[in-house]
Amino acid sequence: MKPGRFTYHAPRSLDAALALLAEHGDEAKVLAGGQSLVPMLNFRLAQVDHLVDINRIGPEFAGPKVTGDTVTIPALVRQRVLERSAEVAAVLPVFAAALPQVAHPQIRNRGTVCGSCAHADPAAELPTVMSVVDSTFRIASARGTREVDAADFFQFHLTTALEPDELLTEVAIRVPQPGTRMAFKEFATRRGDFALVAVAASATVDESGTVTACRIAAAGVAPTPQRLHDAEAVVIGSTVDDEAIAAAEAAASAAVDPTGDIHATAEHRRRLTAVLVRRALAEIKGDQS
Amino acid sequence: MTDNITVTVNGKQHTATADDRLTLADFLREKLRLTGTHLGCEHGVCGACTIIVDGSAVRSCLMLARQADGAELETVEGLAEGGKLNRLQQAFKDNYALQCGFCTPGFLMSVTAALREGPVRDEDEARDVLSGNICRCTGYQGLVDAVLETSKEMHS
Repeated sequence: MKPGRFTYHAPRSLDAALALLAEHGDEAKVLAGGQSLVPMLNFRLAQVDHLVDINRIGPEFAGPKVTGDTVTIPALVRQRVLERSAEVAAVLPVFAAALPQVAHPQIRNRGTVCGSCAHADPAAELPTVMSVVDSTFRIASARGTREVDAADFFQFHLTTALEPDELLTEVAIRVPQPGTRMAFKEFATRRGDFALVAVAASATVDESGTVTACRIAAAGVAPTPQRLHDAEAVVIGSTVDDEAIAAAEAAASAAVDPTGDIHATAEHRRRLTAVLVRRALAEIKGDQS
Repeated sequence: MTDNITVTVNGKQHTATADDRLTLADFLREKLRLTGTHLGCEHGVCGACTIIVDGSAVRSCLMLARQADGAELETVEGLAEGGKLNRLQQAFKDNYALQCGFCTPGFLMSVTAALREGPVRDEDEARDVLSGNICRCTGYQGLVDAVLETSKEMHS
């Protein structure tokens, strides 16, 4: 189908974009990569009066930046750009592992990292990764700026902390401590499909091989990426040995309460969560030796 | 609102009017009469409308024409060289990589972009390159063979 009628705006600066959002608020939607919004417009699942296209707000928003202990991903960084950034891969290789599993190259060439987060599909890969790294969502509006962490940013199915007049200007990620290893695993029925379940995991180990910090999150099992705190708890203090992995698998299985749908039953999703937690931890363990 | 936009398509500059809600695919087909770009699903899943925008393969049904103002576009009409099939098109023909041909323009543009980035070494990589396009007539084996054959010729 074709999209309904709207007024297209292409502001040339962040301030101009924010002014448009302040003026049109509820009747406006931000267009970045358009790989989720335009299908919804074409299906007329979404109808907007004003489309604020941020693609021309400035080249400074197009590339990831690694400075000191922070990786910054501004609003127009395409998924493909992050996937191929050697500079980011050197400090946060989890993105290079997860991004090839996000849709297809043709989608990642346009789709932005911030856009995927702002869209907040419960089965999407990037919000799940953002839930295990130390991420801060920087938000701007004509009223000012604010920062929100991942736990507060993702609120519900397709719902974030963003107000109608706000724009996600960048996600800032703290470079993990030395000894941190991450893994991303998902199961999808076809290449490029949304994951039935995806799991991102991060573990920091000290010199003796003992885990001092761990985060595990799953997609596709709840309205937002779900942190698996009980599974994290059994990994912390362990050496990610077989016993700890088995305990984490059981804890993950017990912690999720997925909904069944046409793509997979609830029980299938629960089982996948456990299996993917095991695979992610096994990969983290493998990296140690 | 309607505004004039200027795009370069296969090396030739065009200026035409575009409504705010006109997709780039419809702009190519209806305003420029370049009907080689096909529209299947119109929501970014089937890949039939894939074209190359500023060097990257994208879904032209998921871009608005207004967004392409000033862009360099490549479509299936630009592939043939002097009225002859180019290497990739010939490989599609030789390997029976199409049947009805509806999806073919999208496949050709996706594969063109991928082969410029580097060689496609094996079947697994070929299937990855092809995964963003859907063919509903035939299988994908002919397509895999065509991609591997062209990659070998281009990159050896």
